[in-house]
Amino acid sequence: MIAELGQFALILAFVVALTQSVMTVIGLRTGDAAVHGFARAGAIAQFLLVLTAFGCLTALFAMSDFSALVVAENSHTDKPFIYKLTGVWGNHEGSMLLWGLILTAYTAALAWTVKPVEARLISLTFSVQSLITAAFVAFLLFTSNPFARLWPAPANGQDLNPLLQDPGLASHPPMLYAGYVGFSITFSFAVAALIEGRVDARWARIVRPWALAAWSFLTVGIALGAAWAYYELGWGGWWAWDPVENASLMPWLAGTAFIHSLRVMEKRDTLKAWTILLALVTFSLSLAGTFLVRSGVLTSVHAFAVDPARGVFILAILIGVTGGSLALYGMRASLLRPTGVFSEVSRESTLLINNLFIGAACALVFFGTFYPLFVTTVSDETITVGAPFYNATFNPMMGLLLILVPISGMLAWKRGKLKPVLRKLMPALVAALAAGVIALWIADRTRIAGALGTGLAVWIGLGVLIDLAQRVKLFDIELKASFARAVRLPLGIWGMAVAHFGLAITVFAITGVSAWKQETSGFLMPGQSLDIGGYTVQLDDVRRLEGANYIAEEGQFAISRGQRELGDLVAERRFYPVRQMSTTESAIRTRATGDLYVTIGEPSPERGWPVHLYIYPFAMWLWVGSGVLTLGGVLSIADRGRRSLKARKTAPAKASRDKVGTDTGATA
Amino acid sequence: MSRLFLFLPLVFFVVMALYFGLGLREDPSEIPSQLIDRELPEFDLPPIEGFETGLSNADLAGQVSLLNVFGSWCPPCAIEHPMLMQISRSGVVPVYGVDWKDPPGAGTAWLERNGNPYRRVGDDPDGRLAIDLGITGAPETFIVDRDGRVRYRHVGIITEEVWDGTLRPLVEHLQAEEGA
Repeated sequence: MIAELGQFALILAFVVALTQSVMTVIGLRTGDAAVHGFARAGAIAQFLLVLTAFGCLTALFAMSDFSALVVAENSHTDKPFIYKLTGVWGNHEGSMLLWGLILTAYTAALAWTVKPVEARLISLTFSVQSLITAAFVAFLLFTSNPFARLWPAPANGQDLNPLLQDPGLASHPPMLYAGYVGFSITFSFAVAALIEGRVDARWARIVRPWALAAWSFLTVGIALGAAWAYYELGWGGWWAWDPVENASLMPWLAGTAFIHSLRVMEKRDTLKAWTILLALVTFSLSLAGTFLVRSGVLTSVHAFAVDPARGVFILAILIGVTGGSLALYGMRASLLRPTGVFSEVSRESTLLINNLFIGAACALVFFGTFYPLFVTTVSDETITVGAPFYNATFNPMMGLLLILVPISGMLAWKRGKLKPVLRKLMPALVAALAAGVIALWIADRTRIAGALGTGLAVWIGLGVLIDLAQRVKLFDIELKASFARAVRLPLGIWGMAVAHFGLAITVFAITGVSAWKQETSGFLMPGQSLDIGGYTVQLDDVRRLEGANYIAEEGQFAISRGQRELGDLVAERRFYPVRQMSTTESAIRTRATGDLYVTIGEPSPERGWPVHLYIYPFAMWLWVGSGVLTLGGVLSIADRGRRSLKARKTAPAKASRDKVGTDTGATA
Repeated sequence: MSRLFLFLPLVFFVVMALYFGLGLREDPSEIPSQLIDRELPEFDLPPIEGFETGLSNADLAGQVSLLNVFGSWCPPCAIEHPMLMQISRSGVVPVYGVDWKDPPGAGTAWLERNGNPYRRVGDDPDGRLAIDLGITGAPETFIVDRDGRVRYRHVGIITEEVWDGTLRPLVEHLQAEEGA
């Protein structure tokens, strides 16, 4: 009964979305003002319907109703309750339903928060958004129905893949999807702007919070994915340049370029066509990411199921969305004329360079991900592209870009002077060089990359601090006055500073983890020990214990450094009988200077337990850095620029209102 | 001219879409291998850390064998692993492994942790053999006959259905055919 209710809600959502999309366009053509209210109501209705469907699926999982196919394939009565719930999106159908839920949630959020400005643009945006929703719900209904029944119902289910029974899985996909799908809003706005043939600073101001929200979610999502790999896979790898990881990195890169060029458009009314193109590309890459994971075009570690029918459907959506919007772009982008001009040395120009570098880096990842597919298609050769390729191309590219970060933030808009900026940044440069030399000296001398990364991190971090100090005139005026200036700084500036500082932390952590990691291994009997990086790790005891749906073997380790006892660590190896799979629960001692990472393996009777030790320097700062990065994004969302939206409204708004004629209440 | 320039992204997308489409036509789980019914490429892989023997053509000669490409970095390999253990224990066919693109010691650690189903394992850190074999991703499995010719290629995880429905009957058929 519940499954049928869910299915019915989905069908209704499809009908509403399609109707709304078509009716809104017709309404706008005939100039019927009622259309705006209709578009908003429709958006909320879609959300409630998909939410109902999602609620139904959740209920099926919660009750372990194995007459539903998805539940039988992915759940089990013994599974802890929390993983029954997260199991809703631990499978293809459920995760696509989640995608749809977030899509409609964004549309509904837009309907709730929208101000009565630019009504035509916003109704058009709703129309585009609904079209995407309709396509996606159709994809669900026709190729991945989450409510398919299984008859006769089995007595118990096949359980969820144990690798996925982890808090990381509970939060990773929703965050990632919230990022991917968030860019649908900016995409729809861009398409609406192209249809209108007009885009300006107001457009940028309306779109900016959405772009930043999506970007922040995507950042968290990627970080959670990396954390899941680090903690759950049992070898401390956090990034492997796997196609699916790349699929999330590409929209992130494009989205990063987008939020930067959006700022230029908002401030200086230029880079218009470029910004619109980035909006289209970012969402297209998000869709392509979905396409990659779901269709099996690239065999990947994340693919839930390989089904060509689904691939064809998603390809059709991709052609409609990306192909359609890019065709529109080709026809209409020439209408978007910039008004602002800027010289070669200005913040605009550095942001443009930033965009080109990020664009190129994104293209590299794209190339690395798809080149193997390309080669397989045109010839019968098969090749793989891995970390060495990215280390040789992507890393230097990003390194060069990162050098620009502090300079760009300090240059003036329109026309800047490089010399004074460089003079102010001198201390950062000196500190960066010193940090690099120190890194070479105290750490591994053969790792030049370690020194370069450290120097770069110091350069960005100090550069950001110097920039802030300049803005509040620290030490030039009284401290109290500086503080008052700091409080008055727009949140957008704080957001930028915080995000760039987070970037510095992340760069440093990546450098530490990849350049200076250590590892060792050996077989241990209780009482024996291994040494790594000054630590002594002794295996005290091994015990067996039983979890809810697994059996575990638990190794207890005593950690010491010289004569000092540093406490105990417990590493586990779990065996899940239903799926006949083992997983490792590594023991990790986290300190600011690095993680000591211990795993225990399957014992051999004569030699004991294989134990692996790793030291990942500064690993914790990966998570801190991405957290700070995200915080920067969130701070900038809070800077809605609402004051300036009202203040500058009078002149341009009047002009546009006269032209559009339906922009009611804009002057309120 | 500059207006035509604006269509460049579209042109680029069309090319990509074409490749996506072509890529889709090939069901990745049934990629026909160039190697089917041909001899395995010549190889002589060194052992992985902590093991004494590597893997070469000679090891596979004279018997039907299962050659599995894996990596410690690959979650589906972890999913597939218990099945390989089961196959290995059943003794139906000897299982050989190629440790693909693993840093030194990672494959050993992985086998110690999860158990070792392989009779011999060869180390392929830069993916030389994997390229010769045309690997698209791990795990991937080949059934090799007594004369060292590849008879079947399976891309992805060996599930119970794949083993019982396809691989096992094939192995038994090959063993019977050649034994006769």
